[in-house]
Amino acid sequence: MTSTLTEPVAAPPAPDRDSARAFVDEHIVPKAEEYDRLGRIPEELLERVAAEGLWAPFLSPEFGGRGLAMTTLGEIHEEFGRGCSSMRSLLTVHTMLSWALQRWGSREQLERWAPGLAAGRVLGAFCLSEPGAGSDAAGIAASAAAQPGGGWVLNGVKTWITGGLRADLFLVFAKAGPSTVALLVPRDTPGVEATPIDDMLGTRASLVAEVRFTDVRLGPDALLGPGAFASGMVLTGTLDLGRFSVASGSVGIIQACIDLSAAHASRRTIGGRPLRDLQLIQAKLSDMVTDVRAGRLMCAEAGRLKDAGDPATIMATWVAKYFASSAAARHASEAVQIHGALGCSPGHPAARLYRDSKVMEIIEGSNEIQRITIAGEAYRDRLPTNKERAR
Amino acid sequence: MAENTAEKIAGFIRERFPEAEITESDDIFSLGYINSLFAMELVMYLEKTFGITLGNDDLRIDNFRTVKAMTGLVSRYVAPAPVG
Repeated sequence: MTSTLTEPVAAPPAPDRDSARAFVDEHIVPKAEEYDRLGRIPEELLERVAAEGLWAPFLSPEFGGRGLAMTTLGEIHEEFGRGCSSMRSLLTVHTMLSWALQRWGSREQLERWAPGLAAGRVLGAFCLSEPGAGSDAAGIAASAAAQPGGGWVLNGVKTWITGGLRADLFLVFAKAGPSTVALLVPRDTPGVEATPIDDMLGTRASLVAEVRFTDVRLGPDALLGPGAFASGMVLTGTLDLGRFSVASGSVGIIQACIDLSAAHASRRTIGGRPLRDLQLIQAKLSDMVTDVRAGRLMCAEAGRLKDAGDPATIMATWVAKYFASSAAARHASEAVQIHGALGCSPGHPAARLYRDSKVMEIIEGSNEIQRITIAGEAYRDRLPTNKERAR
Repeated sequence: MAENTAEKIAGFIRERFPEAEITESDDIFSLGYINSLFAMELVMYLEKTFGITLGNDDLRIDNFRTVKAMTGLVSRYVAPAPVG
């Protein structure tokens, strides 16, 4: 029997870990080395991700999203991280902008941008880092001058912008007097110019650019979220989502290290016996298996707290990102070691994982800065009270 | 209800900063307990605990300066339970 026009069309199932895994295995894993070598994710893959509804599935169904839980989003980003950190990085920055819009955007801003972001017709990028300040928000030099009667004029240079070569919409952080403001800047605004940054150590295909803003005139509707004392919250919340994605992607890197290393150690023989029989190799694999489970649980906990709206998610995400990214760097190094010269060869996935994993320890707040905040947990009940300090 | 709300908010601040000896009227900004991280946690706490959604217009410093001010902000969203 054929269907009739009167029958309701069932919505396709919302994406989840299984569907993301199948997508990554079919469309990304076989080509990840090619992307890395070429230094760019092709448009064709960006369109496939859009067709699969994977750019911002957590957005509200009202705007074309699926209202996906953060726990599931983390699982999807883990699968992408397993396949290709460059593609996962593009998802990360798009997620950051989309989440910030959903959390802080006005009704008008949501109606203008959210449907395109959910569908992948509009790709987002996050502009914080600057040549002179890195990602130190206190050192931002970009300026947003409020105009009489409303609107802004934006000037400044942002660098190492993931997706900067391709993004249609930038979330730019700039100084407006003593405050830091977040501005939505369409790429086609006069005065916006993106220049490619080639040959980065890792995530080489993530379309990294320097983005220059020269006398960019924006309307009052460019401002995202509150101003004054609360403006820092936009940055804090946006970075939190970025860390969650990076943590999840780092778990994916560890899983990829396991898959590669176990396969190689099973194939390769030494003295007539499989490499996997050597206890030193077993030690490396056992540490990978242990850490991938620990990292996955930490991400799941951070995601669960996000879904519950629990403020404890911010610290949980910090811990997950620190743990998973440092473990990924450690295990990617061991994956190269297990593969020997093969792992150092051009076009070998172990070499790519090694380079990409190093980036994870740096982006969305270096692990050194994160550890200062994490250590604060230990001292929480050992500080002098404000009354004692005042004496 | 206001007393209960104030106790909960003060309890959250003390949980985050056990060294904080504050009254409902102490200015937590001038005491140095507010940064962008804690501001975000505070907003999330108020929204989750009291089942409210704060708009951008609510995020003014005077609404967060003291426990009393935050209690007032919450009370504008949460209607008091009917009596009798």
